[in-house]
Amino acid sequence: MTYTFGLDTFGDRNSDADGKPLSHAQTIRNVVEEGVFAEQAGVDFFGIGEHHTEYFPMPAGDVVLAAIAARTGRIRLGSAVTVLSSDDPVRVFQRYSTLNAISGGRAEVILGRGSSIESFPLFGYDLADYEELFEDTESGPFPAWIGVGGNPQSVIRAARLGFSLMLAIIGGPPARFAAYSELFQRALEKFGRPPLPVGVHSPGHVAATDEQAKAEFWPRWREIITLIAPERGFALPTEESFDTETGPHGALYVGSPETVARKIASNLRVLEATRFDLKYGMPGLTHDQLMTNIELYGGQVIPRARELLS
Amino acid sequence: MRELSRLAVLGAGHVGPVIARLAVKAGYRVDIATSGDPEDIALIAELVIPGAQPRWASDAVADADIVVLAIPLHRFLDVDPALLDGKLVVDAMNYWPASDGVLSAFEDGGSSDVVARRLAGTALVKALNHIGYHELEDRARPAGAADRRAAGVAGDDPAAVAMIAGLVDRIGYDPVRLESLRAGRVLQPGGPVFGVVLTLPEFERAVRQDAGSLA
Repeated sequence: MTYTFGLDTFGDRNSDADGKPLSHAQTIRNVVEEGVFAEQAGVDFFGIGEHHTEYFPMPAGDVVLAAIAARTGRIRLGSAVTVLSSDDPVRVFQRYSTLNAISGGRAEVILGRGSSIESFPLFGYDLADYEELFEDTESGPFPAWIGVGGNPQSVIRAARLGFSLMLAIIGGPPARFAAYSELFQRALEKFGRPPLPVGVHSPGHVAATDEQAKAEFWPRWREIITLIAPERGFALPTEESFDTETGPHGALYVGSPETVARKIASNLRVLEATRFDLKYGMPGLTHDQLMTNIELYGGQVIPRARELLS
Repeated sequence: MRELSRLAVLGAGHVGPVIARLAVKAGYRVDIATSGDPEDIALIAELVIPGAQPRWASDAVADADIVVLAIPLHRFLDVDPALLDGKLVVDAMNYWPASDGVLSAFEDGGSSDVVARRLAGTALVKALNHIGYHELEDRARPAGAADRRAAGVAGDDPAAVAMIAGLVDRIGYDPVRLESLRAGRVLQPGGPVFGVVLTLPEFERAVRQDAGSLA
């Protein structure tokens, strides 16, 4: 079994060591450095989720990915996620096709909630129909995933269109998504398609020890979830709920390399998934903390998770 | 009072399957339906909602004692009100401009007030909309459990509210009855109990502080 391990960011706004927020521009430049460093650290994929807020200043992730592509040679690069409904799907396709060309065939897209169904076939494998959109198909079609956060009809849709399935698990016990993984493979069979990979996208933070990782992540997590809870219908985080989410049956991968690697391996098994993307960072963490996270994830978590899974 | 035992859940997205699973577990006979062919959700029913029957919406509604609306609000406007005439209906929907787009009909006041006007031939009760679908199942507890949480039930027909309070109780929450559909605005996004999973005393306090609307 081949496993793939990635990192995702939403361009979470950095702070300096004194807690003062950095500019949006500096945060974006830091994301470029983090993507380049992720390749050096041994990470397989680097994804950027488009956001347009004060805390997540990342309105054009594909531009940032192009900068990373120009300075790397191996790491795969993609959206995490692209919300097609707020963009022109033809232009999104053209921009990621351009990224695919710049990077020598390393582009991927993960299409998210709110995406309009009509535009999905653009990213499918019947690319021949769309050659006029982008004539240089030297790099071939690029992998496309549908991100699913809990809607089983999106799982069916991914299978029907022949997309891979990315489970976005940001709260509660990951094991409850096992039914979705089975649903996906059964639906692929039903539609006469070969098996396709299932991936997991979840938030987390890696530091030298469990205590340090939690101490760095918790205040930032509490702040941002408290901010978005009212509009998203999330429960307000408490220290108790945070302990549950960072524990063995929760959705957050916060801890030492060993803790995080064990949790990844165990959940990939339960979910019959072969891809894991850690959504690293949180508004208010420092660039140095994120670089350490990336170094530990690539240097220790990934090899250890592979070992546990073999 | 006659035992209400048959539920039709309309919607197989984020919320519908969660409510359907809780209802199956509570002993209801549950049908699940979308706007389309039940064959399209057969696998979902089998794997994600074991025990629930996928059916055509009209068949499921015809046989149901309680109909739960768990569809995106922008799709609700496509539902033929005649389908639901004479039924006891739970409105578990919310108005989310971010995913529904801006719907002018829902821009002011309570979303359930608009739903009720459109479904004038039904007994409409607002419930099961204010606890996130990712929490609703994990937090359900049997009656009397020390860590049981509360859930609001709002409507203009006291008998209908009582019946839905019974449903809420059976699936795992202490029901809190609100005196009118209008008072049920406290349950919607931006309200004091939306997205927070509270115990009965906490819930009653939050609602009372907000509007003094507790029955």
